[in-house]
Amino acid sequence: MKDNKSMLKNEGFQSVFAALICIIAGLLVGYIVLAIINPAEATEAMLDIIRNFANYPRTSAKMKYLGNTLVKVAPLLMCALSVNFCYKTGLFNIGAAGQYVVGAAASLYGALAWHMPWYVCILMAMAAGIIWGALVGLLKAYGNVNEVISGIMLNWIALYLTNMLLGTVSEAATPYTTQIKSVNTDALIPDLGLRSLFINRYVTLAIPFSVIIAVAVWVVLTKTKFGYELCATGFNRNAAKYSGMNEKRNVIMSLMIGGALAAVGASFLYLSGYEQWQTTQSAVPAMGFNGIAATFLGGLNPIGTIFASYFIQHITSGGAYLDTNIYPSQIADLITAIIIYLCGFVLFFKHLMNTKRASKGGNN
Amino acid sequence: MGETPYAIEMLGITKRFSGITANDDITLQLKKGEIHALLGENGAGKSTLMSILFGLYQPDEGIIKKDGKEVKVIDPNAADRLGIGMVHQHFQLVECFTVLENIVLGVETTKHGFLQQKEARKKIMELSDRYGLMIDPDARISDITVGMQQRTEILKMLYRDSDVLIFDEPTAVLTPQEIEELIKILKNLAAEGKSILFISHKLNEIMEVADRCSVIRRGKYIGTVDIDATTPEELSRMMCGHDVKLSVDKEPAKTGEVILEVAGLSVHGKKKGKEKVRNVSFNVRAGEIVCIAGIDGNGQTELVYGLTGLTPVSGGKISLCGEDITHASVRKRSEKMSHIPEDRHKHGLVLDYSLEYNMVLQRYFEPQFVSGAGFLKKKVIREYAERLINTYDVRSGEGAQTTVRSMSGGNQQKAIIAREIDRGPKLLVAVQPTRGLDVGAIENIHKQLVAERDRGTAVLLVSLELEEVMNLSDRILVMYEGEIVGEFDPKKTDNEELGMYMSGAKRNTVEADR
Ligand SMILES: Nc1ncnc2c1ncn2[C@@H]1O[C@H](COP(=O)(O)OP(=O)(O)OP(=O)(O)O)[C@@H](O)[C@H]1O
Ligand SMILES: [Mg+2]
Repeated sequence: MKDNKSMLKNEGFQSVFAALICIIAGLLVGYIVLAIINPAEATEAMLDIIRNFANYPRTSAKMKYLGNTLVKVAPLLMCALSVNFCYKTGLFNIGAAGQYVVGAAASLYGALAWHMPWYVCILMAMAAGIIWGALVGLLKAYGNVNEVISGIMLNWIALYLTNMLLGTVSEAATPYTTQIKSVNTDALIPDLGLRSLFINRYVTLAIPFSVIIAVAVWVVLTKTKFGYELCATGFNRNAAKYSGMNEKRNVIMSLMIGGALAAVGASFLYLSGYEQWQTTQSAVPAMGFNGIAATFLGGLNPIGTIFASYFIQHITSGGAYLDTNIYPSQIADLITAIIIYLCGFVLFFKHLMNTKRASKGGNN
Repeated sequence: MGETPYAIEMLGITKRFSGITANDDITLQLKKGEIHALLGENGAGKSTLMSILFGLYQPDEGIIKKDGKEVKVIDPNAADRLGIGMVHQHFQLVECFTVLENIVLGVETTKHGFLQQKEARKKIMELSDRYGLMIDPDARISDITVGMQQRTEILKMLYRDSDVLIFDEPTAVLTPQEIEELIKILKNLAAEGKSILFISHKLNEIMEVADRCSVIRRGKYIGTVDIDATTPEELSRMMCGHDVKLSVDKEPAKTGEVILEVAGLSVHGKKKGKEKVRNVSFNVRAGEIVCIAGIDGNGQTELVYGLTGLTPVSGGKISLCGEDITHASVRKRSEKMSHIPEDRHKHGLVLDYSLEYNMVLQRYFEPQFVSGAGFLKKKVIREYAERLINTYDVRSGEGAQTTVRSMSGGNQQKAIIAREIDRGPKLLVAVQPTRGLDVGAIENIHKQLVAERDRGTAVLLVSLELEEVMNLSDRILVMYEGEIVGEFDPKKTDNEELGMYMSGAKRNTVEADR
């Protein structure tokens, strides 16, 4: 009885519990939508999505498609970390999407136009992300411009600048950027044998890197003086000021680091050669926005975010296994969007749990 | 079945939090039309008990009866419906709304979906006039003083026509004059048949206003006494379990060199253009307590903001230990200056941090707490916090790891005082340091302030309470409308004279240095 109570109060337990509820709710709503469209096939369709790579009977195929999911987990996790980091400073970094875009631009341009090795390309992405994040931070700190507004505007600016820049390194016949492997194999992130393990040439060190970075972010936020300042600023800006912290600098720094994280995430994807940038695209890639959902699902904890990012990408990739003879192909996107959307409700559920607990307090 | 004489009965109430039993089988009976005081040390469980009555917490054991019928107060809305209203210890106001909007919040009258503020305004102005609350309905909460915020809270409750009124330390922030007013209001309300629960740490107030008083100590019910049949001494003995001395012993000050020198200082208020502090000059020497007295809202807050660097000054010069700090950063100033802020929730604490993290809020960057690589030395922080917690008797459920938000108001205040005094400053700026503390704790803090003085610290005390001013200070400066209008020796003045200056009826010009 006593244990049960303290467990319910435990912050970590609450986060996991709320995340599970969100996942179940998301799957349920997704299922209902499928059932409305075609009740007979809904169960099988849902299972297809959940199975993702496990839809394949052979282990080698399973590994390969697990690899495909992981390739996209890395950038998603980085975007989620970006949002997470800024959130701790009390900032909602919706600009992660744009920072991701400039990261793609810088890393691809470095690889294709300047023929730089992969690590230089990553550093270029980082620099671009820092600049893009700093813009939001400077506007916030000195102009009191809300970071959501400036972030959204910069997302679009980033998109069109990137389309223009990468237009100079695109294939002659298509709007896609040239394949890295055909001009500069040095720009592909090395794999240290991961490729042969997964039998998937897109699986690179980017994946373990992103996990290491997540742990590093967790360490910075919870163990260092810098993290102490950032979180204090996020919790109570006035107290931060009272204690002599430089809150303006903290806001800018936080967004710069957030920008770097998202941008490096983009380089992790594009320098694996998995995708080419489409220079005619007219929507900001969803990666940055999905990062928001992953952060919340991960309980605003960098470690939790690793698992949340995996889950979200797992479902997103799983959507591809929906039978397009029965369901229109947009449905896959719709279902995954619903699930991701509900994942964003974690905080809400947590809040609900807390109020419930406060009013029931001790009855359990 | 005869009609019960009780408006509210709380029977056998027990409430446990992790690590602590905040209420342990407490019984409280509130008669209709009476003013019932609730007395207890910091952390005794008063606010918790009242929160249970108001539906914020559910008791683990025990029942609540309203007018003799058992009721379940599941949430504050239920309390509202039952006619139970509460003014909280820490205000529950929306900062960016106006006073009027805050008062009607949740009970707005609408017509076709549009707010009908005319009638609300009329009712509010009537109530405000009737009880002398002097409210400006269109001022924004973020722009008004703590005192006026408190009065907004009171109006909020009156506006809802509640018949059981809970006041959790309503006088902690009011000036003596305002307290007189409030006491009149409370008596009026009781005469009109409202039943009032009143928490206060000030025994003289309880003696003046209450009909009966219930005492709790460390979560346990001690007893209820008729005020006519008791004395302040007996009350404090019931509360603390031992005798408390209410006045401070102190030797004459041995003043040293000038520590703080303020010359022609002007500070703007929140709204640009209006100067809240005008051309103020004074100094504080080592080893003396200089007190700024005045009615709330006469520029004391802005003066302190200017001194501590929270807002830039618009003119004049500030020197600390001979060094010009007029435009220095907060961090630079805090090397030699400690600051016990007026609003502990706004500035003093990061409520979502643990107690230990809050204990190092002003010195987490010092080499003893952080390694060269930038890692916090958590073990050192823990030990440091635990030492402060023990030395200054800061009570909480889970010691150093307690989230500050869950601590009682008085203990939050003690934590700030511990942190600021322990830094061994040259200048201690203390704004209302004993706000919300019980008599035992006040005695303690006063002793510590005097000990700081005797150690050679210059102490600048801002207080609204004349008793505290008279007790502690070596010199008194009275502030009125942003200017210093008089300087006094506490031994050669009295409450009446100070009151005249505080209300602007009299003024002198004071030279910068004596
Ligand atoms: N939500 C909470 N979670 C955990 N502990 C709590 C919570 N609220 C109060 N407490 C603990 O319960 C005890 C009683 O607190 P309460 O606020 O009722 O004291 P109080 O009598 O109002 O004191 P004060 O005079 O300082 O305001 C304290 O030790 C406090 O730390
Ligand atoms: Mg209290």
